[in-house]
Order: sequence, then C-alpha cells, then structure tokens
Amino acid sequence: MKTPKTPWSRRRFLASSALTLAAPAILSSSRAYAANPVIKIGHVSPRTGPLAGFAEADDYVLDAVNQAIAGGLQNNGKAYTIEIVSKDSQSNPNRAAEVAADLILGDEVDLIVAASTPDTVNPVSDQAEINEVPCITTDCPWQPYFFGRNGVPGEGFENTYHFFWGLEDVIGAFLDMWSQSGVAKTVGGLFPNDADGNAWGDTELGLPKPLAAAGYDLVDPGRYQPLSDDFSNQIAAFKSAGCEIVTGNMIPPDFATFWAQSAQQGFAPKVVTIGKALLFPSVIESLGPRGDGLTSEVWWSPNHPFSSSLTGASSKELANGYTAASGRPWTQPIGFKHALFEVVADVIKRSEDLEDPAAIVAAIAATNLDTITGNVNWANGPINNVTKTPLVAGQWQRDGDALDLKIVANSAATDIPITGELKLLP
Amino acid sequence: MEWVNALLQGTLLGGLYALFAAGLSLIFGVMRLVNIAHGDLIVLGAYLGLSVTTVLGFHPMLALIVVVPAMAIFGYVLQRGILNQTLGKDILPPLLVTFGLSVIIQNALLETYSADPQKMNAGALETASVSLGGLSVGVLPVLTFAIAIAVIATLQWIFYRTALGRAFRATSDNQEIAQLMGLNRRHIFGLAMALALAVTAIAGIMLGIRTSFDPSIGGGRLIFGFEAVIIGGLGNLWGTLVGGVILGVAQTIGAKIDPGWQLLAGHLTFLVILAVKPNGLFPRISE
Repeated sequence: MKTPKTPWSRRRFLASSALTLAAPAILSSSRAYAANPVIKIGHVSPRTGPLAGFAEADDYVLDAVNQAIAGGLQNNGKAYTIEIVSKDSQSNPNRAAEVAADLILGDEVDLIVAASTPDTVNPVSDQAEINEVPCITTDCPWQPYFFGRNGVPGEGFENTYHFFWGLEDVIGAFLDMWSQSGVAKTVGGLFPNDADGNAWGDTELGLPKPLAAAGYDLVDPGRYQPLSDDFSNQIAAFKSAGCEIVTGNMIPPDFATFWAQSAQQGFAPKVVTIGKALLFPSVIESLGPRGDGLTSEVWWSPNHPFSSSLTGASSKELANGYTAASGRPWTQPIGFKHALFEVVADVIKRSEDLEDPAAIVAAIAATNLDTITGNVNWANGPINNVTKTPLVAGQWQRDGDALDLKIVANSAATDIPITGELKLLP
Repeated sequence: MEWVNALLQGTLLGGLYALFAAGLSLIFGVMRLVNIAHGDLIVLGAYLGLSVTTVLGFHPMLALIVVVPAMAIFGYVLQRGILNQTLGKDILPPLLVTFGLSVIIQNALLETYSADPQKMNAGALETASVSLGGLSVGVLPVLTFAIAIAVIATLQWIFYRTALGRAFRATSDNQEIAQLMGLNRRHIFGLAMALALAVTAIAGIMLGIRTSFDPSIGGGRLIFGFEAVIIGGLGNLWGTLVGGVILGVAQTIGAKIDPGWQLLAGHLTFLVILAVKPNGLFPRISE
C-alpha cells in the first residue's frame, strides 16, 4: 500500500515547529537598533500583605515618574527609553528574593530598586549582590539593612546602595522632643521581639545607652511577641515606676491594644512616642479621639522644604497630588518612593557606560543629588554604601476635622520648619 | 497584688479566646470539620461590623443585630454550597478547602478594605474601667467575658434542651443512622455552621473593639482558638471556656515573669496538657 504523499514530511514539520518555538528567543535577543535602546529598571515593593500601607502610593508615584521620563533619558548624548518593571513582594521576604531573582535573571533588568522595611530591602539587595546587578534601596533604617545583611564596616557591599536614616537619628529626634516636654525623665519601653524591636531595645546599639547618657531612666520589661492580646504586665510595671513617657516600636494592632488597656487600667503617660505604628494617618484616624497628641518620627512631610529633581514638584505638591488622585491622606513613604526614582534617573544620566554594571555602580557611588527627601550623597554616609536623609519628630494634632502631623522638634535638621508646639497628653 | 492583677487580666483575656474558640469547637463537635478559615472568618465578622457602623452609624455593639444574622446566613450557604461536598470519610478535603477559603477571604478583604489597620469606635466603652479593691479592670474585657459565658451557656442550652440540639448530637454520634431516622444531615450541618458563624461574628466584633485589625491577622487568632478547644477537650463547650481561661492566664503569668514569655507560656501550657491528657481536660468525644 502506498503512503499518501503530503507536503508536510515529518522532518519538515519538526524543523518548522522548532523554528517557531525558538523564534521569540532569537528575536528578543537581537536588539532593535532602529528605536531607542531600552534600560530596564526592576522595582520590588510590598503591594499586598501587612506592609501594603508602605506601597499604597506606588501607582501614583510610578505614573508621575513615567510621565517625567516618557521622552527617554539622555546619557552621553544618546537617548534611552526607560522601562520600569514592578513586582509585588507580598510583604514576604522569601517572595521578595524570588521576584528579585526573577527580575534579574528573567527580565534581565539593568538596575534594581526596592523600598519599605528590612523584609523587602534586604532580600532584594542580597539577590542583587550575588548576581552583580546595581541596586538602590530606601525606606528602612540603615542598621537593619547593613548589619542584617552581615555587612562589615569598612568593607560594605559591591553593588548595593541604601539611603534613609538610622537609629541614632530616631533617638536624637525623640530626645530633642522629650527635652521640651518638661515631664519626669522616666521612660517606659515597649519593644517587640522582631528585627526592629530587638535593634531599638539593644543595650549597646539601641535606645538604652543614649537615654541613660541624657539622664533618662528606661523601664524595659523585656521583648514581647508581636500580636499580643494583653499588655497589663507592662502597664503595671510602667505605673509602679511612674513613667511619664512611653516609647517603642510597635505594629498598629499591638499599639491599639496597649493604648486601650492603658486607659482601662488607669495609666496616663504625658508623652507617647512610638515608631512604625504611628506613621500612617489611617492608623491614627482609627484610634479616634485617643489618636490626638501621639508622637512619632517624621522622615518626610508636605512641609519639608525640598522639591523633586525629576518633576520639579515641591513636597506639598507631591503630597496634595496623591490626595487629589486617590482621595486618601498623604503618607511618609511617598516622598522616599519618589526620591528613589529621582536617584535612578540621575544615575542613568551620569553613568559612563550603561551597558556596564560596574559603571552604573560607580555612578551610584558618585551621586550628589538634592531629592524631595533631602540630599542623597553616598560620600557623606555614616558607613559604606549608606547615606542619610534628615529626620525630625512630630505630633499628631487635631486641625479642624482631620489630624495633622505637626513637626515639633527639628534640632537635627533646622532647615525643616517647626509647624507646631508639643502638647502633653491629658 | 500584681500577681492577682495578672491572674484577673488573664481570666478576662480567656473570655475573648473562648469566643474565638466556641465556633471551632461547635463545628468540630457536630461534623468533625477542622476549619482553617476560622481566624479569617473572625476578621470578616469584624469588617462587616465596621461596614455597618460606618454606613448606618450604629454603635459596634448594636451592629451585632445586623452582623450576626448576616454571618449565620453566610455560614449556611457556605456549608450547603461548598463544605458539604467535601465531607466524607477522608478528613483532608475539608481541611484543604477551608485553607483555600482562608486565602480567598484574606485577599477579598484586602481588595475591598485595603491593608489599612481599622478599628471600631465604641466610644467610652473602650476606655471605661471600674475599681476593684485597688485593681483597675476594664469594662470592655469584663463585658467580653460575660458575653463569652452567655454565648456558651446558650450553645449548651441549644445542644441539650432543644430539638435542634438533639439533631446535632444525633448526627454527631452517627451520621448514617441519623439520616435513616429522617434527619437531613446536610441541612443540620448547614445550621451548625450558621450557628458557628453567628458566634464568630460576636468574636469578630469584640476583637474589633478591643484592638485594630487588618486582613492578615486572622491566622494569628486561629492558633489561640485551636489551643483553647484542645485544652478544654474536643466537643466540650464549657471545656472550651476553661481552655480559653487557662490559655489567657498562662499568657499573663508568663508575661509577668518576662514579656517575651507571654505567647510562649501559652503554647507551653498547651503542649504540656496535650502530652499529659491528649484528649484535653474534659473530652466529650472519645476517638
């Protein structure tokens, strides 16, 4: 019997299907020289999960940045199109490492950026360091960034750079504010058993030493587990020691529990200064009338006298723009997320060779840029690969209908204006 | 005096844990279903309460009138629509389905309400306190404890004094024979879940008044619920209250020694009880 002859022989079928399958790979690896060359920026941020508050303004910030760089950026007389690839860490450090590796190996980004807490910043930086991709991060105090990644002072890292402030700045800002209050120098400390809490409560590097040096007694009952349902023992300890100041680093549910129980059990401190929990207006709003008068560190506010090097917008314009676009109050991470892309754009403009990661790293290290969060210049850092932006202290005060974060202490950065006077809690 | 205070606060905290656990205990007792989504259902209850208080302007305690029936209906539909299909000889399918449900509820809440921590504003109730011989006791924890006792007494009454309770116990003892006697076990299971979620709604509202909540905190509450159920003995409602109190007291006493011991002391107590009496202190179910 004769086999029917078709034009599609087995060999031809295999050859053509192999070519079809391979086509995208072959085509994508050859650069289209007709258009502008593309520089890819990888961006990792906790869009969902418990840290999502830090990333809520991502879309707004990225839209503004994309608009500002829509025409491409000039480098050595040549225009480059910038493409930002954003991925969600789901507030999970393992997931952050995974998407960072994906951006580096899959999307082949030329530069990777990340922001918001050690849980995002550290795994992304570690991936960048291993794969030798330039990396810029922000929005995490530098001690957990540097020591959390086993950085060695004097040596630092090859490819990863970070800008934010450190614990010494927080302590300085808090002491500055408390010294105006005139209350008894007995401080109750609430430090959870997590990366931030252990760093804040550390006897050598944390609050205890500088507080003692400034004449404050710190009552520290010990590390508690986050998501505790009961703080009556801490409250009893603070009450018997006569604490008039309470400080610490807490997550919002723990602070809400502590603050309600304090009232129930008759503990009424005069100043309450808590890191992390009191950053976001939504949290303060949820505390109702008892949110009025709480104090916290301020990294960025609409009253900071800085403006964007990328869009020219002032701090006030950036914050108001977010409120107008989303109907939600401004938050402190907005300024830093914007500043992160300011630094990226600046680095791309200055790099001697955008094809060479080492040249990009050299350009990062040589940065001296006035951003919306202040000057970013790694030559001025407290330690290798780290530079600091100014930090002040503020108090949530009722202003008309809403609560507003007033800056009440600025000794460390006098160019940031004071906008209110510290009031004692009732 | 400080130890008395720790003991008292721990007992009151136990009331909240018993509320977390009562729903779990009930559905495990009736249909041997381990509900992994229970913690997220508590948070769902809190969010429903929040919506009712903001939209209708109700006091959170008044919001119970709306949220409790809403959650009960949701429970009945959930049981008839999904969970009944998974029940059988194998314990794994319902476990996996409720695990999936937990992920779905969390993400749906995140989409709807965002990741912002929320809190229900109960006004003066939140900060009110009474003096008890040198100790200050919050009115809210006392109220929570009283509600826990009332809820468990009601459940106990339903179980042992009503036709519905007889049906629950019958299906719990032997599903096939109960079916032969003319009980529709699918309907009975639906009602059990409805009752469980009604209790969950109360737990959610009490949690939402006590502290702030966001979509991701459900899992952390689930573990306390499980521990209270197991300490007290599977299927025993009063045992669940005792389990909650033991857990709460262990936590506050642990915290009295060192705050780092707070949760650990609770977990250790649980492990010790599990090692000494694997069926819990007052088991109803011998399996």
